[in-house]
Amino acid sequence: MSTATVVQERKPSAGGVNRTFLWIEIKRMLRNRRTIIFTVFMPAVFFFIFGLSNKDKLLPNGHSYGQYILISLTVYAAMTAATGAGSQVAVERAQGWSRQLRLTPLLPGAYIAVKAMAALTLSLVAVVAQFVIGALAGVTMDAQTWLTAGLVAWLGSLVFAALGLFVGYLMPSQNVMQILGPALAILAMLGGLFMPIEIMGETFGNIAKFTPAYGIGQLARSPITGEFDWAWIVNVLIWLVIFVAGAAMAFRRDTKRV
Amino acid sequence: MTTASVPAVHAAGLHKSFGKVHAVRGLDLTVQPGEVVAFLGPNGAGKTTTIDMILGLSAPDQGSVSIFGHTPRGAIARGQVAAVMQTGGLLRDISVRETVQLNAAMFDSSRPVDEVLARAGILEIADRKVEKCSGGQQQRLRFAMALVSDPGLLILDEPTTGMDVAGRRDFWTAIRSDAQRGRTVIFATHYLEEADAYADRIVLVRQGSIVADGTAAQIKNLASGRTVKASLPAAERGLLAGMPPTESVEYDGGRLTVRTGDSDAVVRYLLNNTGAHDVEVAANNLEEAFVALTGDDAVPESTSITFEGDLV
Repeated sequence: MSTATVVQERKPSAGGVNRTFLWIEIKRMLRNRRTIIFTVFMPAVFFFIFGLSNKDKLLPNGHSYGQYILISLTVYAAMTAATGAGSQVAVERAQGWSRQLRLTPLLPGAYIAVKAMAALTLSLVAVVAQFVIGALAGVTMDAQTWLTAGLVAWLGSLVFAALGLFVGYLMPSQNVMQILGPALAILAMLGGLFMPIEIMGETFGNIAKFTPAYGIGQLARSPITGEFDWAWIVNVLIWLVIFVAGAAMAFRRDTKRV
Repeated sequence: MTTASVPAVHAAGLHKSFGKVHAVRGLDLTVQPGEVVAFLGPNGAGKTTTIDMILGLSAPDQGSVSIFGHTPRGAIARGQVAAVMQTGGLLRDISVRETVQLNAAMFDSSRPVDEVLARAGILEIADRKVEKCSGGQQQRLRFAMALVSDPGLLILDEPTTGMDVAGRRDFWTAIRSDAQRGRTVIFATHYLEEADAYADRIVLVRQGSIVADGTAAQIKNLASGRTVKASLPAAERGLLAGMPPTESVEYDGGRLTVRTGDSDAVVRYLLNNTGAHDVEVAANNLEEAFVALTGDDAVPESTSITFEGDLV
């Protein structure tokens, strides 16, 4: 009996990120009808309800309401997309897939990296879809504004991909989006994505400045407001660190138990 | 028969507790390359817990495991061990082929996807969504996934649970023909017939430790032994220590019950060396003997039986 081919010594695998893995992850997300509803249709509907009728009006601070609401809802769409993508780990845990992956050379860091890339792909889809809808509805901005706002909304969604992973590792799958959906809407409201925080009054306005969507929203709108504050960047970075640390902690707890 | 001196699995002194439940109690197991070993025992005997420790999915409280001389994680990273788990481990929303592609993508070198699908007998349903597959098809998909890295060791945890008779037979035909290529296979089961039909060697576990270890023929012999009953004066109970090996000995109200694979030797001993009388010998039914050997009320520790030397 020849056992030589079977028992041969092999080198350990690098356990890295690769194209097939990423491509299948992306296909899975784009095939998921619910994901597309949350990331493309819902923000679009919000835009038509809140944005379209007032598109050409001016806000009290003199900015175009159409531009303001389009950029804000694009940030909202990107953050919903990224959170939803990250939180899918809950479903994978429930189906025993995470455990199955532990029987392969894949390293946990590579898994997280692929999840983050897939989340960024979905949030890119959300940003582009929102901008196309906005442009078709007649919102006009100069090229640099489209580009800057789009980039901030897209890259800022990484903060929320980490939030999705964090919650996905903490919670059983059936509850994840039920809890995250409303939570994201509240965060979006507090972050000034549904209405300018100046309208909320002093107390709420002050609380809003410390919530995770605020910094990204302010930065994304800075090309139209012409304002900039380092505090916004600090806001983004602090929430990124908090969510990444939370996700790492929850991940470690999860692998110990399974 | 085997070229490597490194055992496929070497587990020494494994212990694992969950709260107050001592699931695995000092289990030792060495499997040589090329062996097909059944890990046989009733539900709750600690089979899955042991397999999890061998695969490195959980850490033993005490003891150590090596696979082809590496840690479990090291062996997994080298693609030397793969497993077919009882349930779960599949994504419902992708196709059969995508599942194998995804699994193959994790390894530096892997077998061609279609070859693996064909060997598991699911090439014709490659484009079916996993959620649309029957339990048996999903199990063969798990088997296909386990084959992608062409592992030297394949571990199956109760692989045919929930399959019908035909599905079970097809599954084992695939496993068996694969094992003939020299792969080491360890499978857990609680079906006596499955262990009998497909394993070269049977390791019988009960309450977290090994109670018997031998070829299928030896275990069958053991399980299909006889029960000897006799009346014995209480004062002579000490003489039972000199009796030939038995599976279990009970003494209750002056009546002795001995389960043994060699009833002749037991009867000879009792009649020659003790004052035993009213001796009865009855053949065990196979099922009953297996239950006696692995059931919760079987006599622990002293009943451990290991066969050494040549295969029967």
